[in-house]
Amino acid sequence: MRIVILGAGQVGSSVAENLVSEANDLTVVDIDPARLKRLQDRLDLRTVTGNAAHPAVLEQAGARDADMLLAVTQSDETNMVACKLAATMFNIPTKIARIRSADYLSHPEIFSPENFAVDHSICPEQVICDYIAKLLEFPESLQVLEFADGKVSLVAVRAFHGGPLVGQELQNLRRHLPQAETRVAAIYRSDSPVIPEGSTVIEAGDEVFFIAATENIRGVMRELRRMDKPVKRVMIGGGGNIGRRLARAIEKRYSVKIIEYNKTGAERLAADLDRTLVLAGDVTDEELLRSENIGEMDVYCAVTNDDENNIMSSLLAKRLGARKVIALINRGSYVNLLQSGQIDIAISPAQQTIGTLLAHVRRGDCAVVHSLRRGAAEALELIAHGDPKSSKVVGRRIEEIDLPKDASIAAIVRRREHTDADGEERPAAGNDYEVLMAHHDTIIEPEDHAIVFVVNKRTVPQVEKLFQVDIGFV
Amino acid sequence: MGLIAICPVLGIIAMAMSLSHLVPVLTSIALGDGATIVFAGSMALNFAAGYAAWIATRRYRRELQLREGMVLIALVWVGGALFACLPLLAGLGLSFTDAYFESMSALTATGATLIDGLDRLAPSYNVWRAELQWLGGMGVIVLVVAVLPMIGVGGRQISKAEIPGPMKEEQLTPRMTQTAKGLWMIYFGLTFACLVAYRLAGMSWVDALIHSFSTLSLGGFSSHDASLAYFDSVAIELVAIVFMTLAGINFATHFQAWRARSIDRYRDDSELPWFLAVLAASVAGITIFLSTQNVYPDFLTTLRYAAFNTVSVATNTGYATVDYARWPVFAPLWLMFLGTFAACSGSAGGGIKMIRAMVLCQQVHRELAKLAHPAAVTPLKIGGQAVPNQVVFAVLAFFFAWLATLVTVTLVLAASGLDAITAFSAACASLNNIGPGLHEVGPAATFAGLTDFQTWVCTITMLLGRLELLTVLVILTPAFWRK
Repeated sequence: MRIVILGAGQVGSSVAENLVSEANDLTVVDIDPARLKRLQDRLDLRTVTGNAAHPAVLEQAGARDADMLLAVTQSDETNMVACKLAATMFNIPTKIARIRSADYLSHPEIFSPENFAVDHSICPEQVICDYIAKLLEFPESLQVLEFADGKVSLVAVRAFHGGPLVGQELQNLRRHLPQAETRVAAIYRSDSPVIPEGSTVIEAGDEVFFIAATENIRGVMRELRRMDKPVKRVMIGGGGNIGRRLARAIEKRYSVKIIEYNKTGAERLAADLDRTLVLAGDVTDEELLRSENIGEMDVYCAVTNDDENNIMSSLLAKRLGARKVIALINRGSYVNLLQSGQIDIAISPAQQTIGTLLAHVRRGDCAVVHSLRRGAAEALELIAHGDPKSSKVVGRRIEEIDLPKDASIAAIVRRREHTDADGEERPAAGNDYEVLMAHHDTIIEPEDHAIVFVVNKRTVPQVEKLFQVDIGFV
Repeated sequence: MGLIAICPVLGIIAMAMSLSHLVPVLTSIALGDGATIVFAGSMALNFAAGYAAWIATRRYRRELQLREGMVLIALVWVGGALFACLPLLAGLGLSFTDAYFESMSALTATGATLIDGLDRLAPSYNVWRAELQWLGGMGVIVLVVAVLPMIGVGGRQISKAEIPGPMKEEQLTPRMTQTAKGLWMIYFGLTFACLVAYRLAGMSWVDALIHSFSTLSLGGFSSHDASLAYFDSVAIELVAIVFMTLAGINFATHFQAWRARSIDRYRDDSELPWFLAVLAASVAGITIFLSTQNVYPDFLTTLRYAAFNTVSVATNTGYATVDYARWPVFAPLWLMFLGTFAACSGSAGGGIKMIRAMVLCQQVHRELAKLAHPAAVTPLKIGGQAVPNQVVFAVLAFFFAWLATLVTVTLVLAASGLDAITAFSAACASLNNIGPGLHEVGPAATFAGLTDFQTWVCTITMLLGRLELLTVLVILTPAFWRK
């Protein structure tokens, strides 16, 4: 695929990094040649220097025969104008824009084809904020990822001594949880994947990925480890874009304190937030953390835009007694250093955002992509189209599907058939879906959403190919 | 600063305001009460004085500067009361002190009177008193800007000095003239609605006119010594409660709601819920208090008197249906206290206004938060919007000036021989433009018992209260006059 990426900032670079390996032709546009140089040194791609919202620059970047435009510059306005130009002048079929302003997002009609022609809008800050909010809701989990509009969740937990299932074989899970259907999708033991089978024994310290209908995940988690107290008090370090959104999203449910270094920033933050206590100060100021009772905090989230500050302040918070610390860390090497150390959860913003983008880039009909284990693994929600003749999956039992060894189908989300008396189909409501855990004899039906866990990212294209309808089928 | 540039503007305003005599003149002709000559004469004098001032100084006319505008406002109010007292002086035989007090009380929509025997007056005098309240309620300059945009006081800053409240930056329309017109249109419309409602509830046309004027301006003049108790009608009292409450709301909010044709705009007014809550809670509280004290035989009577008098004093109107000063002392003191802050900014009410009370409470809360969390950044928020510190300081300064004035006036009145309750309540009722105080100046009595000196003190206090202190006080500072 020929992809034009506008903006070589954090989002743009990590998108480029992820896409370049997938046999795509990439062109990156940015106004700052130094950034482009750094990118070009590492990756095999073309770069163009200039204003991304200028027709000549887009032309030079090869917009004329591009398949996709990813407008991810800092500026919403630049991104929107670029999408409009891409539609009017270059006819690029897929246009994705990063839109941060809630004001724009609250008027979806301005993104329609006759207006700004933005096919999909993404907001990385919102993605990260949602992600942290989920972690606060399930404080025991390391990761909570949603599929099928939130009906199914994939949850990562660390199995601890004392959990009822630790030391047991996986097949006993069913006996422990007779009502709640669940399936263990993968187990990571000292950072290497273990393919789960019925006889696999869960050990203490294992990182267990299980999939279940969203309403059942609490019950399943209880089997794996003792439950923590629900989160009540949260402190956020850093009141930038992410901190502000996070505080706004959670201030009604938890008691929230937020620390912001910049004095005027703190004032604006305080004007913006209703219940959050805004503190002006340094997130690495031990005295400040101590006087604001860091030891009583259930969760401390360090979300400044500086990796080192986040790491230092969350380490400090942990030592001063915060129950759980979450740090936002951009650099991959830092993430690897710190995960499963003192910092409970290290979040890589790029990894979180990339999934949303990848879903649009992938071939086949891919509804959701979640990047896991720093990009090494992926969980995908793929839609099975066609009929038994044209598709390699539809009408087959799961054991008959020719999946690569590294991939497994974890669950199926199926739309229940509902027809009225006059035979007309009703629009699907929320409970018109059922969640099926995958068994070896489950038969895939057309339009099923299959949730596939891929331990090794290299096999993703193979999986996608399986779900593609044969070319003869139109 | 060339003060002479103010004179032609003053002349025009005087000529324009002389037309306001037409209402009592016409009433007088229609009813044949014999006061026609007094009002016609006053009108002619007023017009002639204005014309002379204009003719003599019109070549000095130019756009006024801000400081000149402030002097203009003070002169308009002081001079307006002077001209307005002419008919009272000529027709009622009052001393100049008393006539000036009465006309200042009218113009500032205070409603304190020292005339006994209102029922025996020619109706046109009562119409005149009520009309003065009505003109002063929304503001003379605002009216002038609305009808005479060419006179050169179009400056927002100048006209805003009359609109009470700390946050005057709110711009309703791009032009001040339009804003002033809108405000007066709403004011006029509500007055007309009130007039019709009073008539339907059983008043005569003249009484309905007088009372609709003094209800919407939250003035409180009545054509009867017994105030609204004269009518002894629940319907009339209900009409009064509704329109007093409406007039206690920011007219800018009425204006926006009317322009958007939707009552949703009332929800955006952050003062309104507090204003209504304070009124409702006070009515309930006083009803319960009076019930437990067995002041009235049954609950409904208690509710009726408590509701009317509470709303009347809280909105600074000053009507009374009962001598509430005779209630157990908690109730009248609570009413006086309500009168100091309950009315919304931008309404016709007096006092420090609800919005300032909200800012003051929040500031206390903010200081407490600072003690517990020294690093906390706690902006002062009203209606979800942060209030700039500058406004908070202005409110604090205003509150101090207000409190200092209240204390000073109370002390001066006490020193001149009034008893404590009378001195305090007279100061409070004048400064907050409530009208009747307690004890010797209570709702059953008048201000007639005061000495000339005390009357002048109250007259000045009413003007200070109506123009929200600082506008007047600034003129008294040396810095203001520095060349």
